[in-house]
Order: sequence, then structure tokens, then C-alpha cells
Amino acid sequence: MKAVCWMGTEKMTVENVPDPKILNPRDAIVRITSTCICGSDLHLYNGFMPTMEQGDIMGHEFMGEVVEIGAGVDREKLKVGDRVVVPFTIACGRCFFCQQQLWSCCDNSNPNYWIAEKIMGYSPSGLFGYTHMLGGYAGGQAQYARVPFADVGPLKVPAGMPDEQAVFLSDIFPTGYMGAENCNIQPGDTVAIWGCGPVGQFAIRSAFILGAERVIAIDRFDYRLQQAQEAGAEIINYEEVDDVVQLLKDMTGNIGPDSCMDAVGMEAHYSGPMWAIDKTKQVLRMQPDRPGVLREAIMACRKGGTVSVPGVYGGFIDKMPMGAYVNKSLTMKTGQTHMMRYMKPLLELIEGGKIDPSFVISHRVPIDKAPEMYKVFRDKQDHCTKVVLDPWANGAAAA
Amino acid sequence: MSEAARIHLRNAQGRHHRRAAAFRWSALVTGGALALIGLSKRSKSGVALAAAGGLLSYAGAKAGAQPRELIARSSILLNCTPNEAYQFWSKFENLPLFMRHLESVTLTGETRSRWTAIGPLGRRVTWDAEIAFDREADVIAWRSLPDSEIYVDGIVKFRNAPANRGTIITAVVVYQPPAGTLGAALAKVLGKDPSFMMRQDLRRLKALIEAGEIPTVEGQSHGPRSSVAAAARLLNPDDPIKGEGNLTDIAQARRRAS
Repeated sequence: MKAVCWMGTEKMTVENVPDPKILNPRDAIVRITSTCICGSDLHLYNGFMPTMEQGDIMGHEFMGEVVEIGAGVDREKLKVGDRVVVPFTIACGRCFFCQQQLWSCCDNSNPNYWIAEKIMGYSPSGLFGYTHMLGGYAGGQAQYARVPFADVGPLKVPAGMPDEQAVFLSDIFPTGYMGAENCNIQPGDTVAIWGCGPVGQFAIRSAFILGAERVIAIDRFDYRLQQAQEAGAEIINYEEVDDVVQLLKDMTGNIGPDSCMDAVGMEAHYSGPMWAIDKTKQVLRMQPDRPGVLREAIMACRKGGTVSVPGVYGGFIDKMPMGAYVNKSLTMKTGQTHMMRYMKPLLELIEGGKIDPSFVISHRVPIDKAPEMYKVFRDKQDHCTKVVLDPWANGAAAA
Repeated sequence: MSEAARIHLRNAQGRHHRRAAAFRWSALVTGGALALIGLSKRSKSGVALAAAGGLLSYAGAKAGAQPRELIARSSILLNCTPNEAYQFWSKFENLPLFMRHLESVTLTGETRSRWTAIGPLGRRVTWDAEIAFDREADVIAWRSLPDSEIYVDGIVKFRNAPANRGTIITAVVVYQPPAGTLGAALAKVLGKDPSFMMRQDLRRLKALIEAGEIPTVEGQSHGPRSSVAAAARLLNPDDPIKGEGNLTDIAQARRRAS
């Protein structure tokens, strides 16, 4: 089958690899019909997440048809022929954490638990196509994928719903929604959201659904800010203002936003001396993450407010404004998305016409074009917001 | 045998076959090869690899030094009752399902059993053990019989976890490796500290009991691997030297690179 492989920093290739096999009783094999490039894949593309290996198959946002199931899969929950969207987190469904609905903290799905344990104390769940530290599972930017614990994660998609509406239930819609839920929004609240990529876009819409009165969206790309504005957000292009924190204070009567969300993560762009220091440290591998947005979110948040972090961080940060965090009585809520909590309710929102997730798609291309699309997406060329790959289209066909 | 059990067994056996194939590689050869690969890389990881290879060769040359006692100690929470955990563990035939170094345990009497382990470099070790102490749903202890090639004393306790979260099991195993083998030295060099190995075993037990299977990515599809990755996998502390499979990988990857 065709699969997008990580062959080194900024080196993606489409390789012909063997089709996946059932390796464990609760596995299923899915024939993929739609798969996407996620913003978090760019951290791998740029080489900033440790424990990638040459030859790893990328991708964690995919859906398709079940073509084979293992002997241990609960037939009542999944059978061959089902059309499913697959969550990016892998969960056993039976451990303490799964039973607490903390699905992305599953204890039993990461075969390389000990690597993550060394960096984080304990390991989160395994993820598709996202480093060996998080399981080393082959990803879904391919024609087929092996899905472990297939009777827990995959969600059946109603027959009438097109792929482009359902596929974002695999990650970014639930991730944006959980980011908004983690903001602890009370009716009438003001929420500031850094990052208007796909997760930010879903977070903006989710914040309104959860009762926010004002959402202030921060980015540097006008085409993304425009999408935020269309959803009802006020916008700040941070490259056009001197001081985002001061502007947020001015916009809120010096109170500050009730919640601040970092939907950017470890590769934030900002300016000033801290930018130079962080960037240098990251290149020298002294600090894996560039935490400019997180610092700003903590500084901007009102006293007693909530900082929500759906953005990805991989390791350690410097100059965390802990004094501001403590003295302002802030709460921080984070986590890889507990997918299985959100997929079904959000599917119902889509079915009910409350939201059509396909608005984020900017590019639909055959899988053969994936390597170049990583660059386009990374460099925000051609107004790129979200790339959906067709694993079966002929690469020579039109983009 | 159920389909699920067959798959577990196959997965467990796959590891053992590969390890057995490693028998013909001595620590000197492997260490020397690693050092060569490492030196040829001219990078930071290459230097690390060369150093590891050098250490391995050194350990090989030093084999025969004094044996020492290895103590493995770890605990884990299982979401079952102490009795369920006890019932699973006290059938010693189950242990190879989650203890990677064990090839088999067979009952040879009411309280006696024969254990076969695969040690460093694929060397098989067999010993007989007897149950030393046994209290249902509470504790079980075993020890190897006198004149065994390797002395192993083990005890595992099963305790109710607070807040009805299940059972905390605590296991301690003391190994007295035979004199003159590479065992202890290699274990040390490869970072296979006994408590780490025990923790990994208990984690596999937890997955087996809770999820019904042990998570794995062994045997899945991937694109072309590099020689560095293949060599690094030889040093994976959770997966001791496997032998020709990976060395072929290295050769292939190098051919592709050249």
C-alpha cells in the first residue's frame, strides 16, 4: 500500500509498504477513504518531537471502512463493513483512566510506556503516527491502517454524512471543543484564543456553543483571522500591534479575558529578545518547546481565570511566568483530547446542522502530493488551513 | 485454545525465536560492530553508539568476573480482585505470557515446576523451582531447588488498593546468576537493570489482565529504516539483543544508503 513516511526532518516521502496485519486480538484493519495532515504533524516534519524514526508512517486523522477484525473485537460494537472515523488516541477502554473518561491517559495502549515515563513521569495513551515515545504506531496517512482496541475508539458514521464532515471527528473538532470546555466558560465570558489554525477555528465555534459572549482570536495570517471573524470572533493580528497583552487589557476594561487558550503550542512565533533566546535554545536542543504563547496567555488572563492548553508541548520550557500564574490564582487545564468523550455528541451536532466542519478544508489532494503539502501547510502558502488526502486517487490527477 | 490465546502465544514465541537466533553472536562481535557503525556515523549519536559498542566488547572481554546478586522489585495496580490476580499468577505456566525472558514454565509436581529462561545472547537456562509459601489471594513465594544452575527466589503479594481501585501487587525476585557467564555484566551494560525489567513485565501483566492483550507494534508496516535506527533498536533496554533480524536490517539499510 501507499503510505506517507517520515524519512527525517523536512523529509516526507510516499513509500510502498506492506499492508498492515492484525497483530493483536482486538485489532481491526481499516481501508482509509480520507486522511488529513494535522498541525501537530508539522512538529514532526520540523523535527522538534524526539523519538521519530526513519520509515515511520505518519498521520492520525483518518476514517474509512473496516475490512478485517481480530478475534477479540466485540462484534456488537464493530463489524466488517462498518464505516468509521478513528480517534487519534488509542485506549483500551478498561483501565482506571479509561473508566474515568480520561481516554488519552489510557494505561495499556503504549508499548513504549517506559520512554514517555522517563520524560513525563507516567505515559499517556498511545497515538497513531506520533513518535515512538507515544507508542510507535503506524499512522493513517496511508491506504490501510491497523487500529488497536477497535471496539473502543472507532465511531460509526451515518450513511448520509460525507467524509469531509466526519473526518475531523478524528482529532481537531474534539480537540478544539475540549480546549473550549477546558476554558471553564460561564455564560457571558470573554475568551481569548491564540492560534487560528484548524483547532483554533473549532475552538472559537465551540466557545460560542458553550456560552461565551466574546471570543478574541489572535493570529498573524489574515485569511485565518477572516475565518475567525466569520465565526463571530473579534480579531487581533499580533504582527500589527505592539503589545497583545496590553491590547487585551484595553479591550476588556483592564480586567482581562476570563479564559485564555493556547492553540499554538511548542512552535509559536513571537518577537523580542525572548523569541531570539527561545529559538536559539530550540535549535541547540537545549529546550524542545518555544513557549511564547503560553507565557502571553498566562500574563493576559484575568485574575482567577483559566488557561486552556490544547496546543502540543513535547518536553520542557524555560521562563515560565510562575509568579503570575500563582499570584493571579489561575487554573490551567490541558491534555491530549479525551476523544471518546466528545466524538458522539459532536457527531450529533453535525447531524443536527449546528456546525459543518468541512469549512476548514483548504486543499483536497491525492496522497502522492502529501510531501509537498507538508511544506505548503508549514509555510502557510496558498492560504492553506487544512489538507485532506485521498489515499486512492491517482497522483497525476488534478489537485 | 482460543484465537486470542493463540495470538498471545505466537507473539510471545516470536520474541523467543529471534532471541534464540542471537546465540551465535558473541558480545565481542556485536560490540565491535556497533563501535564500527558508530564511528562511521561521525555524529553525536554515532559517538554514543561507538561508546556503547566499546562497553559491550569490554563486558564481553571481562566475562567471568564475580557473579553478583540481582534484585528485581516492582509493583503495579491491577483493576481486578486480589484473588483474580493471585489465580492468574499462581498458575506459573502463565508467567511466560508477560515475562519476556521466560520461555516456558511447566509443572513437574504438586509444588514443583521447571523454568526455562532465555538469557543474554540467546543462552537458555533451565532450573527447577518449588513453591516455598502459598496463601490464597494473598501471597505466593517460590525458590529454585539446590544445585540449580541459577538461583531464583521470588515472592509476590496481592493487596487491596484503596478506594476500590483493584489490587496492588508487589513482586520481588532475587537472581544469583551462574559464575562465568556474561549475564550480570551484560545486563548492566545494556541498561537492563532487573527492576526495570520487572516493571516492564508487570506492565505487560496489567495490560493482559485489564485489556486482554499486550500492546505491540512488532510486525507492523513501515518504510525503509536507517542503520542508526536498527542499531539503536539493538540497545533497546526492553528488548535485549535479538540477533540476525536487525543485523540484516542494518546491512540492507547501509546498502540502500550507499
